[in-house]
Amino acid sequence: MNAAVAAVFKRDLTLAWLGGAGAAAPLGFFVGATVLVPLAIGADGKMLALIGPPLLWVSAALAALMTLERVFQADLEDGALDQMLLARAPFEALVLAKGAAAWVAVGGTIALAAAPLALTMQAPLPSLPIIFIDMAIGMIAFFGTGLLAAALAAGVRRAGVLIALLVLPFYAPPIIFGAAATAAAARGEGLFTPPFLLLAGCALAALALGPIGAAAAARLQAE
Amino acid sequence: MLPSLRLSVEDLAVARGGRRIVERIGFNAGPGDYVEITGPNGAGKTSLLRVLAGFLRPLEGRVTMSSNFGPIDRDEQALCMHLIGHRDGLKGPLSVAEHMAFWAGLYEGGDEAAVLERVGLKPLAERPARTLSAGQARRLALSRLLLAQRPVWLLDEPAATLDIAGRAWLLGLVSDHLASGGIVVAAVHDPIGALPNHRVALNPATLAEAS
Repeated sequence: MNAAVAAVFKRDLTLAWLGGAGAAAPLGFFVGATVLVPLAIGADGKMLALIGPPLLWVSAALAALMTLERVFQADLEDGALDQMLLARAPFEALVLAKGAAAWVAVGGTIALAAAPLALTMQAPLPSLPIIFIDMAIGMIAFFGTGLLAAALAAGVRRAGVLIALLVLPFYAPPIIFGAAATAAAARGEGLFTPPFLLLAGCALAALALGPIGAAAAARLQAE
Repeated sequence: MLPSLRLSVEDLAVARGGRRIVERIGFNAGPGDYVEITGPNGAGKTSLLRVLAGFLRPLEGRVTMSSNFGPIDRDEQALCMHLIGHRDGLKGPLSVAEHMAFWAGLYEGGDEAAVLERVGLKPLAERPARTLSAGQARRLALSRLLLAQRPVWLLDEPAATLDIAGRAWLLGLVSDHLASGGIVVAAVHDPIGALPNHRVALNPATLAEAS
């Protein structure tokens, strides 16, 4: 079972860096959005410190969203989903591996990029590791619920709109708590603030339910 | 030798898009049996194979497998078979060797070097799949059959893109599998050369009158 899970994780990670739906496009989107908004607003330090955390979280959520469309669609179209259904591991575990690969490839890069971007928005240097952790945990919430929506929409052409509609209500809580946690970190309140704990709760719920729901939806798609 | 299995299909009816396309199909295949499914386009050959693989729920009837030790439950059935669909299931940017490593992990099989030799893709091991010809891609897809030993092979138009040498190679593959006690169920337009023990002819015309 472990070999099958590792194989799916490794393949999806390789594909994320090699071709098509790579991790570079969402990263570019994330950096672009967070850099352009301050340019439009102007060099007001107080204002930047205020809008910084929400801006980071909204851009990160949208950057994660744009990668979801191909997560299952590509495997459904080329028949790779069939191969996984006959694998020597529970399909749920393989779906979790797919989600984990997306989380590492896209979520990890965005979380890494979030820290230096926060610096440009007046976040103090010691808060940067905390902002990275906030973002990495928030990405679990985004990809857990996103996986389910991606599986539901895998058979639909131009599924991006449908995925956005399905997912945005579920993205609201992690965005709210994540932005609050990052703002608290920037004020020097440390990692374990109440909004961070609520964010971690969202991530755990998404981690527990997302892969199971996504596996059930993907099975239906494979019929 | 492979574990000896029986694959039984009783009174199967399959619907696709709300229409019944396959009706009253049955066969009982044992070790070394070759089941040939024929029929015009749209007759439900692919759907029938997907029912056998457990992906699609039949409308009526059932698919059962049993070994010498008794019946095999649904989850275990999936581990007893390979399905090679008409799509090869390859990822363009990944190389031939990377595909084999992926499948070896997925099916907990092994000996990729020997399989690479046997499917005749050794010189192309480092080539990305998108640069393969249709026939080479098909050979790569068929290599899954050899990477992990599984008794039941479900093949959907396995020879469609293969050249004459490729077809002979495929026939050798199937014959070896049958000789070692495996079961092969293939949906074909042109017979692949093996002598079928059971023939399943799907005919949508007679079905339309019946329903």
